[in-house]
Amino acid sequence: MNISHHFDDATLMAYSAGSLPQGMALLVACHLHWCEHCRERVDATNAVGGVLLDDIEPVSLGEGALNDLLARLDEPEQELAKPVSRPSASAGQLPAPLAELVGCDIDELPWKRIGYGVRQVDLDLDGPGATRLLRISPGVSVPHHTHTGNELTLILSGSYNDEVGRFCRGDVADLDGEMEHQPLVDTDEDCICLIATDAPLKFTGLFGRLVQPFIGL
Amino acid sequence: MQKDDAGGGDVNAAAITPQSMTSEERRKQVRDEWSACLTRLAETRDKTEFARLFGYFAPRVKAYLLRLGMVDATAEEVMQEAMLLVWRKAHLFNRSKASASTWIFTLARNQSIDRMRRDKVQFYELPEEEPDPDHRDMGEHSVIEDRMQEAIATLPEGQAQVLHLSYYEGKSHSEIAEQLGIPLGSVKSRLRLAFSKLKAHWGEDA
Ligand SMILES: [Zn+2]
Repeated sequence: MNISHHFDDATLMAYSAGSLPQGMALLVACHLHWCEHCRERVDATNAVGGVLLDDIEPVSLGEGALNDLLARLDEPEQELAKPVSRPSASAGQLPAPLAELVGCDIDELPWKRIGYGVRQVDLDLDGPGATRLLRISPGVSVPHHTHTGNELTLILSGSYNDEVGRFCRGDVADLDGEMEHQPLVDTDEDCICLIATDAPLKFTGLFGRLVQPFIGL
Repeated sequence: MQKDDAGGGDVNAAAITPQSMTSEERRKQVRDEWSACLTRLAETRDKTEFARLFGYFAPRVKAYLLRLGMVDATAEEVMQEAMLLVWRKAHLFNRSKASASTWIFTLARNQSIDRMRRDKVQFYELPEEEPDPDHRDMGEHSVIEDRMQEAIATLPEGQAQVLHLSYYEGKSHSEIAEQLGIPLGSVKSRLRLAFSKLKAHWGEDA
């Protein structure tokens, strides 16, 4: 996969720190599944956590903590219920973490039409924030807008163009602040993307603007 | 934050550390020792090795979990789960990829997220059976982490603060912005600046 748009350092640091909302962490995990470059960067942001763990002031443990644990070492490991294998999902277009979550392939998802040329699936994950799949028809364009807050977009298939460049399968848009955007689905294929935010009322970036009128804003 | 006795006083490695070593050399020795200890644990399944690791890491893991906001009993419980995973997953530890501290940090972090979330944790891990797909030569990561540690100690206060709020307290960027009364963009740029200083120690050859 030819990926040319990656995460901001600050996003990967939040991922390593474990401070991203679930949907954003899922989105990062999906990109990492496809992107060796960012996996390498996450080794470095994880290492910051390792260094900070070394630096932390140790606290005292409960009485007998070590012996309690030593007594458990020989316990048989509980077989974790392995997710039922879903061949249709693993063979499909979705990155593994997302395929595991939804349990089916893109076309089997319960797409809901929310406007002209736009369909969505709300993944209904733990908040704060919202996580959706959007499916946008060719030729659909989003009005010129700026956006604020944290919003991540991962392209799962198809592509779009905007002032920043061309975004294709595997690319992420992790743009904050005052940039102007007018993304346009630029091929004859639907553009399917995963969007995650860290605040429920902040669907303002990229394709997020498309769903805003339909989610009660 | 910076301690002279990086070993916490309970480490064999610290006991043999000559007085003449710099704190950086001592830290490196301590960290190498723990990575070696974890590697030996994977090979030997020796419980005395595990007990040594526990003595150093368990009080730190619990301290981290407390700073994330867990009450004492929960922190103790999650620490036990994390340390149990250290025992069970030791064979997956790869010294050339991360230090023992980083590896145990990620286990503890995942356990804490698992505990706090309703749904299944969504942390990316390479499939266990697959050999690590990397063919990059990053050198000894743990050596580079020692230099990172030195660099963290020299960060400007504002940058160290956002780093601590993010990693130690698990605060989101928005929460940090609110707590410090600064714009979201400033939180992110401080984190970026801090990381670019630390990264300088990461990417270069050992
Ligand atoms: Zn990437």
